[in-house]
Amino acid sequence: MTKKASVTISPKKSRREFIKKVKELSGQNLQLCYQCGMCTGNCPAAANMDVSPRRIIELARLGLEEEIAGSRTVWVCASCLACAVNCPRGFDLARVMEAIRLLTLRKNVDRVRPEDIPPQERGDLPQIAMVSGLRKLTG
Amino acid sequence: MSAKQTKKKSAATAVKHRAKETAATAVKEKKQIAARLIPIYIMGKRYEVPEGLTIMKAMEYAGYILIRGCGCRGGTCGACGTFYRKPGDYKLQVALACQKTVEPDMYIAQIPFFPANRAAYDFAGLTAAPEEVFKLYPELFRCVACNSCTKACPQGIEVMDAISALKQGNITVAAQLSFDCIQCGLCTSRCFGELAQYHMFQLARRIYGARIIPRAEHLAGIVKAVNEGKYDRFLDELKGTKEAELKKLYQEREIEPMAAGEDWKPKDSRYL
Amino acid sequence: MSLAYYPGCTLKTRARNLEEPAVASMEALGLKLDEVPRWNCCGAVYSLADDDLIHQVAPVRNLIRVKKQGKSELVTLCAFCLNTLKRANLLMKQDVAKRDTLNDFIDEGIDYGGEVKVLHLLEVLRDRIGWEALSRKVKLPLHGLRAAPYYGCTLLRPREIAIDNVENPTVLGDFLRALGAGPVDFPESTRCCGSYQVVSSPGDIAEYARPILNSALSHGAEALVLTCPLCDYNLGRGQKELIKKGSGFKEMPLIYFTQLLALALGLGPQACHFELNHGGPESLLKEKNLLPQTRSVQLIEG
Repeated sequence: MTKKASVTISPKKSRREFIKKVKELSGQNLQLCYQCGMCTGNCPAAANMDVSPRRIIELARLGLEEEIAGSRTVWVCASCLACAVNCPRGFDLARVMEAIRLLTLRKNVDRVRPEDIPPQERGDLPQIAMVSGLRKLTG
Repeated sequence: MSAKQTKKKSAATAVKHRAKETAATAVKEKKQIAARLIPIYIMGKRYEVPEGLTIMKAMEYAGYILIRGCGCRGGTCGACGTFYRKPGDYKLQVALACQKTVEPDMYIAQIPFFPANRAAYDFAGLTAAPEEVFKLYPELFRCVACNSCTKACPQGIEVMDAISALKQGNITVAAQLSFDCIQCGLCTSRCFGELAQYHMFQLARRIYGARIIPRAEHLAGIVKAVNEGKYDRFLDELKGTKEAELKKLYQEREIEPMAAGEDWKPKDSRYL
Repeated sequence: MSLAYYPGCTLKTRARNLEEPAVASMEALGLKLDEVPRWNCCGAVYSLADDDLIHQVAPVRNLIRVKKQGKSELVTLCAFCLNTLKRANLLMKQDVAKRDTLNDFIDEGIDYGGEVKVLHLLEVLRDRIGWEALSRKVKLPLHGLRAAPYYGCTLLRPREIAIDNVENPTVLGDFLRALGAGPVDFPESTRCCGSYQVVSSPGDIAEYARPILNSALSHGAEALVLTCPLCDYNLGRGQKELIKKGSGFKEMPLIYFTQLLALALGLGPQACHFELNHGGPESLLKEKNLLPQTRSVQLIEG
């Protein structure tokens, strides 16, 4: 939320391709959103995000891949679905977050490397944390 | 790699010597087996080989000199894991090259080695806790239960079930299920989650063997007897035996039958 | 009556204090939990991408094993497992094309179409046994215990698989009331504890826990009642860090709902494995006279 609100729309070739991929992976109609901000208001992780959940939808439908890729927001999302159940438009933002994560992870770029998790933590974390974390943050 | 290239690579005399032997065996086999020739494809190239040969022997017949990807030739060392397919069948098949006989139109690729992450650890510091495995192999949790590992196991191990057991913290079940693992690495080559199952299983079996199963009570007594020199006399006897006699002794040794009961004793009880 | 039962990996190690009191309690209530043969990890989180079928394989394989077991209903205790299994089941029921692809890939010789019903133990208690019948079985009512039901995310979201009303769940509160405790409702009872973010950002976990614990405390709760081993871990770890930071917190005991069930049914603390709890509830329970000297304890001491 520290980022300025101004957005530059570039006529890059990859723009439409990015929008298409996000739509395909998420199965969501990005135009449904009317930017009310219920998602951000209900997000327990919003304080840790540099781009708010609401703005992620806006950036995604403008095809601004670089702005999204440079943000930590989708990696901070815990897929708790507070956004989804509170959306007045029936839009599932969690699926869009996942789609954007996968676009990176599928390039064989991991957000977390299992070997970088300190051994003490690996032994301490419950298995469901390790399984979920590695599913959402490694490709 | 073509057979020529392979030949070039084998410079060491010992290897050459072995190559000669191998070639001789192959020639001999050519003469002996007036067998039908069947077509097989080794790494995509067609060869006609006598039916009845193992994949490994067929490769040697075709001119390959195996300096890697072959070891015990008895199905236990795990060096010759092999994938093959038959035309018209999408299924990928697995075998040990030294065990499986060739079939017409087999497409064969041996996987002598597959890169796999093996954790370094000081075993003396490990306990029997499930967390030991989690700490050394955190990628364990990337398993998606696709079952490709089980399908790739030439030993018929329920690899996925053993991985499940590790995730559930059950080292005992993982060790027992993986007991027949020969570390060929075919599971690892097929893993969606990029796990090195066979290294994890080895860790499980080590922990199981050293920390979980009860000690054999009679072992301490035997070790004591060995240390006290009870068997020195017999060993000295063997040391003084000629090679031919040793071979004969070995060939004629009495083997405990598979179905022997607890009270089984060898006929020759001098060494008991 | 017997139901297929899916424990989940964590319940076999760190969260035995969630599983063992449940198994003992259900037996006491005349219901046998039959562990699914050869179950594997559920996948823990449901994959949200449309084309990502490989991550549906793990939960669906488990559901197929339930069908092979000859059972039509499956009970889970872990909120994560419930969510993943129930959502994968819904996918198998609703999406014919994906169902066929998954069945072909999994290749277990059974065509699965979502016919197993996935339940959480709380649903079994509510809908099969009933609160009234349950309260009649209570031997040690949890009188005077002001416990706050904490639902977290995965029992209630998304809407299609929720075990209760998404905005205003009551099932845990009703459960506590049936055991004689006084449930304390608080507004943050469905707020996320940080979930798997603890793997990549352990430093953020305390701040996830803070509003939840603050809200429960300010509404007069003495303990939080949980259904999920990851909530237990994150809230326990978060509150330890908050206490260390000197934020004036007193440790809030964290208790699994199944531990309270076992205590109330008179099964005693030995079924509960309190030593595994992240926020230790024993002193609170002692203070409320809810930790009786049990027969086996007396035998050991005698």
